[in-house]
Amino acid sequence: MEKALKRYFPIFVLPTLAAFIIGFLIPFVQGLYLSFCRFTTVGNAQVVGIGNYLKAFADSTFTYSFWFTVLFAAVSTVVINVLAFLVALLLTRAIKGTNVFRTIFFMPNLIGGIVLGYIWQILINCVLSLAGKPLLALNTAAGYWGLIILMAWQQIGYMMIIYIAGLQSVPGDLLEAAQIDGATSWQTLWKIKIPMVMSSITICVFLTLTNSFKLFDQNLALTKGEPSHTTEMLAYNIYNTFYARSGPQWKGIGQAKAVIFFVLVVAIGLIQLRATRSREVQQ
Amino acid sequence: MKSKRRSFANSPFWTALMTVVCVIYLYPIFMVFMNSLKVETAITTSGAFTLPTADTFAGLSNYANAIGAKGFLVSFGYTAFITVSSVVLILICCSMCAWYITRVNSAASKVMYYLCVFSMVVPFQMVMFTLSSLADKLRLNTPWNICIIYLGFGAGLAVFMFTGFMKTIPVEIEEAAMIDGCNPIQTYFKVVFPILRPTMVSVGILEAMWVWNDYLLPTLVLDIKKYRTISMLIQYFRGSYGRVEMGPMMACIMLTIFPIVVVYLLGQKHIIKGVVAGAVKG
Repeated sequence: MEKALKRYFPIFVLPTLAAFIIGFLIPFVQGLYLSFCRFTTVGNAQVVGIGNYLKAFADSTFTYSFWFTVLFAAVSTVVINVLAFLVALLLTRAIKGTNVFRTIFFMPNLIGGIVLGYIWQILINCVLSLAGKPLLALNTAAGYWGLIILMAWQQIGYMMIIYIAGLQSVPGDLLEAAQIDGATSWQTLWKIKIPMVMSSITICVFLTLTNSFKLFDQNLALTKGEPSHTTEMLAYNIYNTFYARSGPQWKGIGQAKAVIFFVLVVAIGLIQLRATRSREVQQ
Repeated sequence: MKSKRRSFANSPFWTALMTVVCVIYLYPIFMVFMNSLKVETAITTSGAFTLPTADTFAGLSNYANAIGAKGFLVSFGYTAFITVSSVVLILICCSMCAWYITRVNSAASKVMYYLCVFSMVVPFQMVMFTLSSLADKLRLNTPWNICIIYLGFGAGLAVFMFTGFMKTIPVEIEEAAMIDGCNPIQTYFKVVFPILRPTMVSVGILEAMWVWNDYLLPTLVLDIKKYRTISMLIQYFRGSYGRVEMGPMMACIMLTIFPIVVVYLLGQKHIIKGVVAGAVKG
């Protein structure tokens, strides 16, 4: 069978491969190369070595947005996962209407980042103006917490679904055995449920962490980086370096930032996977 | 799963609490709906929470305006076309590719597989500039053929999920079909394709959610003066100079959310299954 299939390579693999080369491989390799160049279009690149990287690190907006993103990712990951897990715990109990609740919690997830950002901008600005505080365009703290609330609103439902699937796969006899042995529900939670859903936790932390790091649409729609770039996250900073700054050097620096960003996302993903994978229990 | 604990854990208290939480959860959407029914002058920053009154009630005029003058319907059409064409293309091409990768044990298959996994973690900012200029050069910059770019960029997840599932299908069924005289194409469409259906639904939903809501890729690739997807349209309104017309804006948002909610309520089971399947891949 393998032999017969091999002859059909052009039909089975070629369309995907060609699109993959156009849509990913060429842009990726070209992007790596251009990060060492000075350019304004792909055609007029001149190699300048690692200068772009040095300038990227020297750019204070970049380092600022890095720390802003780290702070955002750390807090939003904790908030989202804790809340999603609590909701999942509640909704796996036999309370009435749990299906309706699940449906509602998941819904914001389907709405796009731009629309979500806009909805919350209206809502938060209204709250701020009623409270007599400066609006989002002038209020860094509100922008930061606004992003966290927005992210939580969007992602809790998604993570909840994954946690519910995890909790439902905990074998019933295990819980029963614990009950017979006299474990309190608090002990059951910490000694059985949480270790048994560790693989769900790994996935959810991974997803929330990388989503937070890569956040773009919501950032653009909610705060647009205002006031004066203080709520600008990494992805948006890179975008601005490319498209909002004038001067022939900025595209190269933007591409260098993008490479740094890529390495960062991969590194965080790998470290996090290793850290939580080691805590998983084999069933 | 049967829970044997009664008492406090299952008391109506929790149902009541969750109901309150859910109402709060849905409030932002309700707020936009409320404002979409107000006349232009009544939509103010501090008045977003007030209900429309007899004086400020605008009926459906904002909706009419959004659909007619603001080009919502055209954008909706573009977005729908892009989503459907991309998802169909991804499902067919990637499942075929994944079958080849799982069944042919060669270096090329392995390289292809790992490249796909790799492409899933690369952030879009890494390729956005070069991708948009390449798309321009190849004239892949219209809603009619942007699906090729989506196929390339969405292939990672799709191939990964399909191969994950295909490893669990016994190869004997396919071998039997081949011995009975099917060529690989017939075998694929008559034997493998039907088995893949549940995975197709999962992958299709994940990819559709992505393509439908995507903002940056179409913005960079398409000419915003000619073609606007829904996300682009909403962002375009806000970015344009002068005062943003809030009424039609709110109506646009509601019109964007409404079809999503309908599709979600109809296919809820599949969507949630798709999400779980997509997550377990990690």
